[in-house]
Amino acid sequence: MSDRLKIFLLLAPVLTILIVMFLGGLAIGLLRSFNYMPIIGLTKPNIDAYVSIFTSKEFYVSFGLSLYIAVTSTVISSILAIGSALLLRRNFIGRSITQFLFQLNLTVPHLVGAIGILYLFSQSGSFARLAAEWEMISKPSEFPAMVFDPYAIGIILQYVWKEVPFIGVIVLANMQSLGENFEGVARSLGASRWQAFRFVLLPLIFPGVLSASVISFAFTFGAFEIPAILGANYPAALPVLAYRKYTDVDLAARPEAMAMAVMIALLSSVMIFFYVRYSRRRIRN
Amino acid sequence: MIGIESLATRSFRVITALVLVTWLVLPMIPLAIWSFARGWYFPNLLPTQWSLAAWEYALSDTAGILDSLLLSIGISFAAMMLAILIGVPAGRALGLYKFRGKEYIELLILAPTIVPGIAVVLGVHSVFIWLGLTNTVPGVILVHLIPTLPYMTLVMAGIFSNYDPSFEEQARSLGASGIKTFWYVTLPAILPGIIVGGMFAFLVSWSQYILTLVIGGGRVITLPLLLFNFATSGRNDITGAIAMIYILPGILILLFTARHLTGRSGIGGIGQI
Repeated sequence: MSDRLKIFLLLAPVLTILIVMFLGGLAIGLLRSFNYMPIIGLTKPNIDAYVSIFTSKEFYVSFGLSLYIAVTSTVISSILAIGSALLLRRNFIGRSITQFLFQLNLTVPHLVGAIGILYLFSQSGSFARLAAEWEMISKPSEFPAMVFDPYAIGIILQYVWKEVPFIGVIVLANMQSLGENFEGVARSLGASRWQAFRFVLLPLIFPGVLSASVISFAFTFGAFEIPAILGANYPAALPVLAYRKYTDVDLAARPEAMAMAVMIALLSSVMIFFYVRYSRRRIRN
Repeated sequence: MIGIESLATRSFRVITALVLVTWLVLPMIPLAIWSFARGWYFPNLLPTQWSLAAWEYALSDTAGILDSLLLSIGISFAAMMLAILIGVPAGRALGLYKFRGKEYIELLILAPTIVPGIAVVLGVHSVFIWLGLTNTVPGVILVHLIPTLPYMTLVMAGIFSNYDPSFEEQARSLGASGIKTFWYVTLPAILPGIIVGGMFAFLVSWSQYILTLVIGGGRVITLPLLLFNFATSGRNDITGAIAMIYILPGILILLFTARHLTGRSGIGGIGQI
């Protein structure tokens, strides 16, 4: 058997599944967003769904909210992840338990984290009860709204909780493979600790941080169940709005849902572009 | 290298680690307490009455939570087995060979780890309606292959890039059949990769929410769907008990594979959870 035939046969199953379901799913979503599906009698494509979403305030508000959630939680997570990785590469009492919990957090589904955050930060949650205990508030409504709130604080807290260990473990592996020689040289040449970090270590780990935060950004932009649990009814995050449109009793809203799915797919393809760019650069280095 | 560290630096480290650990564990604490609480009202810091009622309910035959647990295990196990069957050959092709167009195939396999489920699943739903796969368990298993396959394939590609296929040729030249060569030469070499990749494929499927919700159409109720329903209906005690059951496989798998987790490839899949 020639190598070419062998490679083809080995890859055929995975390619079939991903082309049919993944690319197929994206393509059908695109066609239906133009209300075009000859097989069910929709033979005249139109751009009504796009006109409808681009002229409604609701779409812009949801898109803006999802973008804000993704940017804020990814930036905060990346910074805290670098800090945690700097901490975890050192020896200290309790390092192994910290590392274990860091990894344990990766296996806990986002949905569980979201419910945990809800029970901690809601107006009758653990922190509100602590505030009442210390006589800072006398009834739940006096506690600041941190879930179902327009600033999406609960959602961002949940993402930071999950993404710090995710980015942190990648950055830590990156730091450990680099070793400390580069910083050691910088220090022996008179660089301060901050300078050794800022001008030597940070540029070296930056591509790794970026590729991890790109994955985190795409996830936090497009995840459904976290804003569904912790988000306000209005404005809703874009994935929640798309799902609501899709399950609307008015079937005419379905092309709009598909158009929103297309927008999410477009944004994530930009993320793939950045991911490939930075992970390639990292491999070359 | 960095010099002798002062006591201040070391205590700073322990304190930040303590803050970090507290923050990592914190959201799990109210869930665990709720599962043993009866009527835990504001402003009580701890329940006034403890109870096993939520656990009794969760573990009873009539509540349907055990059925949901078994269904979830079945779906994730099936998705894991299919991912292994399809991902191992694909990983071999990507790990052992260089060929034209390889980077495009790698891109296609990488893409589902970044593109959110909601962007794909609405289109898949239309296709599955024609195929009669919506609201069925096989449909849910199939759609779980979208996030699990890339991960399994990438792990196996990593394993095969450190694998020497000349051992197989030696076995064949000594008269071993194709099946025997696979069983006694190839499989033992790649088994650790299959186990780790398979376990994480299981976890990725285990944590799926929107794919199951849309394709299962509310008829295929896996554990996360049930958890979501209880959480939004305000039954905090039962929610807590289901959440504790739901995180158990992840903890067991971590204890089993902890030392494999620091690898880059291991984390890509975990990010999907």
